[in-house]
Amino acid sequence: MVTTEKSAYKVVGTRPIRHDGVDKVIGRAEYGADVRLPGMLQGAVLRSPHAHARIIGIDSSRAEAHPGVRAVVTSADFPSLDDVGEVARPDNVLAHDKALYVGHAVAAVAAVDQHTAEDALDLIDVQYEVLPHVMDVRDAMLDGAPILDEKLRTAEPDGSKGDKATNVAQHIRYEKGDVEAGFAAADLVIEREYGTTMAHQGYIEPHNSTAYWSKDDEVTIWTSTQGLFAVRDAVAGMLGLPVKSVKVQPVEIGGGFGGKIPDYLSAPAALLSRKTGKPVQLTMSRKDVLEATGPTSGTHLRVKIGAKRDGTFTAMQAWMAYEAGAYPGSPMGAGTMCVFAPYDCENQLIDGYDVTLNKPKTAAYRAPGAPASEYAAECVIDELAEALDRDPLELRMQNSATEGAQRADGFTYGPIGHEECLQAAQDSPHYQSELSGANRGRGVASGFWFNIGFETSMAAQVQADGTVPLVMGAVDIGGSRASAAMQLAETLGIAAEDVKPHIVDTDSVGFTFLTGGSRTAFANGWAAYECAMDIRRQLEERAATIWDCDREDVSYGDDGVVRGPNDEDGAAQQFSFKELAGELPNTGGGIVGRADVSKTSHGPAFATHIVDVEVDPETGKVEILRYTAIQDAGTAIHPSYVEGQMQGGASQGIGMALNEEYIWDEKGRMVNSSLLDYRMPTALDLPMLDTIIVEVPNPGHPYGVRGVGEVPIVPPAPALHAAIYDAIGERMRMLPMSPTRILERTLPDDD
Amino acid sequence: MSDKIIVSATINDEPTDMLVAQRDSLLEALRAAAGTLGVKEGCNDGNCGACSVMLDGRLVNSCLVMAAEVEGSEITTVEGIADADHLHPLQQAFLEEAALQCGICTPGFLVAAKALLDENPDPSEHEIRYWLAGNLCRCTGYDKIVRAVQQAAAGTT
Repeated sequence: MVTTEKSAYKVVGTRPIRHDGVDKVIGRAEYGADVRLPGMLQGAVLRSPHAHARIIGIDSSRAEAHPGVRAVVTSADFPSLDDVGEVARPDNVLAHDKALYVGHAVAAVAAVDQHTAEDALDLIDVQYEVLPHVMDVRDAMLDGAPILDEKLRTAEPDGSKGDKATNVAQHIRYEKGDVEAGFAAADLVIEREYGTTMAHQGYIEPHNSTAYWSKDDEVTIWTSTQGLFAVRDAVAGMLGLPVKSVKVQPVEIGGGFGGKIPDYLSAPAALLSRKTGKPVQLTMSRKDVLEATGPTSGTHLRVKIGAKRDGTFTAMQAWMAYEAGAYPGSPMGAGTMCVFAPYDCENQLIDGYDVTLNKPKTAAYRAPGAPASEYAAECVIDELAEALDRDPLELRMQNSATEGAQRADGFTYGPIGHEECLQAAQDSPHYQSELSGANRGRGVASGFWFNIGFETSMAAQVQADGTVPLVMGAVDIGGSRASAAMQLAETLGIAAEDVKPHIVDTDSVGFTFLTGGSRTAFANGWAAYECAMDIRRQLEERAATIWDCDREDVSYGDDGVVRGPNDEDGAAQQFSFKELAGELPNTGGGIVGRADVSKTSHGPAFATHIVDVEVDPETGKVEILRYTAIQDAGTAIHPSYVEGQMQGGASQGIGMALNEEYIWDEKGRMVNSSLLDYRMPTALDLPMLDTIIVEVPNPGHPYGVRGVGEVPIVPPAPALHAAIYDAIGERMRMLPMSPTRILERTLPDDD
Repeated sequence: MSDKIIVSATINDEPTDMLVAQRDSLLEALRAAAGTLGVKEGCNDGNCGACSVMLDGRLVNSCLVMAAEVEGSEITTVEGIADADHLHPLQQAFLEEAALQCGICTPGFLVAAKALLDENPDPSEHEIRYWLAGNLCRCTGYDKIVRAVQQAAAGTT
């Protein structure tokens, strides 16, 4: 794929107003909780108060006798308890024989209104046998730890299974070169341990689902999800229905960041609808969101890096244990692939462990697994730079991965932009500026994320007035309708405003993978490009018919002008897009361009961030004075929304680094399950977040797109670690670097 | 449904009767009885600001007000900010500055920012950040929201 020179683009790289914007600023955009259906009931979910307990029995008769209650469901109502994949496992949606964390759903109620449904939860009698629980990832790995699933055996790197009951679901190992020889060849070896705590995506819209089970066993779902088709397939699997009998309707999603890939409410809502014959809406409280959805793993990490006196890395080793939560499936796999991904080093050994324990089942969270593992590696690199008396950007540049470098997991990079990010950071006004003052410091760090492709479907129909409705199946979580419309418009040579993008239900467009993995601008872009090329071919044929000439004598230019052979008088024949569109009704009818793509030509993303802080030694508060995020976007389709992803990712990374954590009591209960106590950054906590977009085009995309959403959450924690060290001389090796933890270092001892 | 009461208030300049339960919050009443679904629930305990409305000229979290308290009040929600044929300068600025991504917090931010500009037409960046600290946004990192408020302030002063 030849990438067109950037200067030739007319739409790509501009900043039109997003197509879905007006509805969102006037309050008319419809989110899942805004769905209103005739006769709709409201519901509530009963949750386990115990971190680990056997469910002996559930008696819902008192609740069912309540005059406002219409139905109660438990796991006994599921036709199948088979695991249906990552998106939803029935035993996490409604606990079967055991409750595995505080907040684990046990039963669901439908009632005439929300208050009645919540009241009825107190009338459901659940008999529990409380079991010992385990909350620390290292404790959970010990012999003798309370076991969550007696049948679980460790999947070992060689494909074998362990021979005893365990909480360790999987051990992954990546090995490259000879790590022992690499450390022996080093002049300096630094090994450190790090920890991170469970943290939540913190989307502002709580989970919700509305379901209607019709008398002909057709189920319709409206839910806030990152994957309409993923929910469809999961619900069909859990309810034992053919896929064609479940339709998922699009609604706006109020943030997800990976946390709205799993589905918790749709199947119970559907079962309640079947029992009542009415639509049922379930919405989570904020407490439910924090306690019972899928945050990211807490981790325990050990990283060792050896370097020559000249700065060359000779060996890199990591040992990493990730909390999976109640069921296997932490982002440990991605974490192991990412840990040293920005660097080219011959000798590497990486071990990762996926560990179950009595916390909520973790879910994807923006670059899942990477913020923890890369934090540990970047912090060691900062210590190496100090020990070697090297500029931290320069040391990274010396060891940076470039085209042709191979990661320990075997992947070989094509053209990538890590060096370009480091150079842009070095040249930035921020890095060139002086920072002075007591308790002030500067830090830098890099990050990597894969980005993905996968299946995407679209259809665009050319209207007689030259406007083009565009339908797609990918949920728009951060502006992907606009970027798809812009890439279609660019390819057709028309204005972005002449395209109207829509997300449609699962019966109205081809299968489309969920929105995640920073894939949507990339994969939607491919689909939009191919849709537009399909339209161009059909319009060339139509023009050939009109001009009565050979199809080969007609060409559709990138400027949107269709040119044919000269007419009998020797005059040039051409149509603008609009003129030819106007001819369609009389020359055979409308034209629909279609595309079903599944691309693996993803473009890996790199980022480098710079931060200046001031630490208050008396309160432990870290104030961010200045922040600059640099990132290779490949090509920025809509630069404002690329900047928005960089700023939003940085903000979440800052929250994870400085404040956000799950705090538990001795019974395994989260004690800070509100947005007052789970402390996410506010407008007052942050300065302007400066951005520098680097563009190293992805050769595997018609417009060079890489995907931008996830990598900016990776560098903030290690950059802040370095800045805090520069400010107060303390290496903070546990996240978050909260005021409490900083005060433990800065306050004089009492005695 | 004997425990229900009728609460009459002026919502976005329209006299409105809301049939509510005595324990309903203003947030619940606005969404269920008045149909102003632009008022969003993010936390239901006053910590996210997604349900911000103007109540008799004062910025409130509608989840922390009882519906029964607003009898005779004037309420403005995000639906009441624009003219019939023009967006409010803040709404226009949010679009132009790309100050929204998922959009769930946007109604609350717009109501809160309008309350700020009504009181202080030329706020500093710090004043904007201080005023908007009760509204959480998880998508944008606030940069473009603050810039949009600055742009709207510049255009209206």
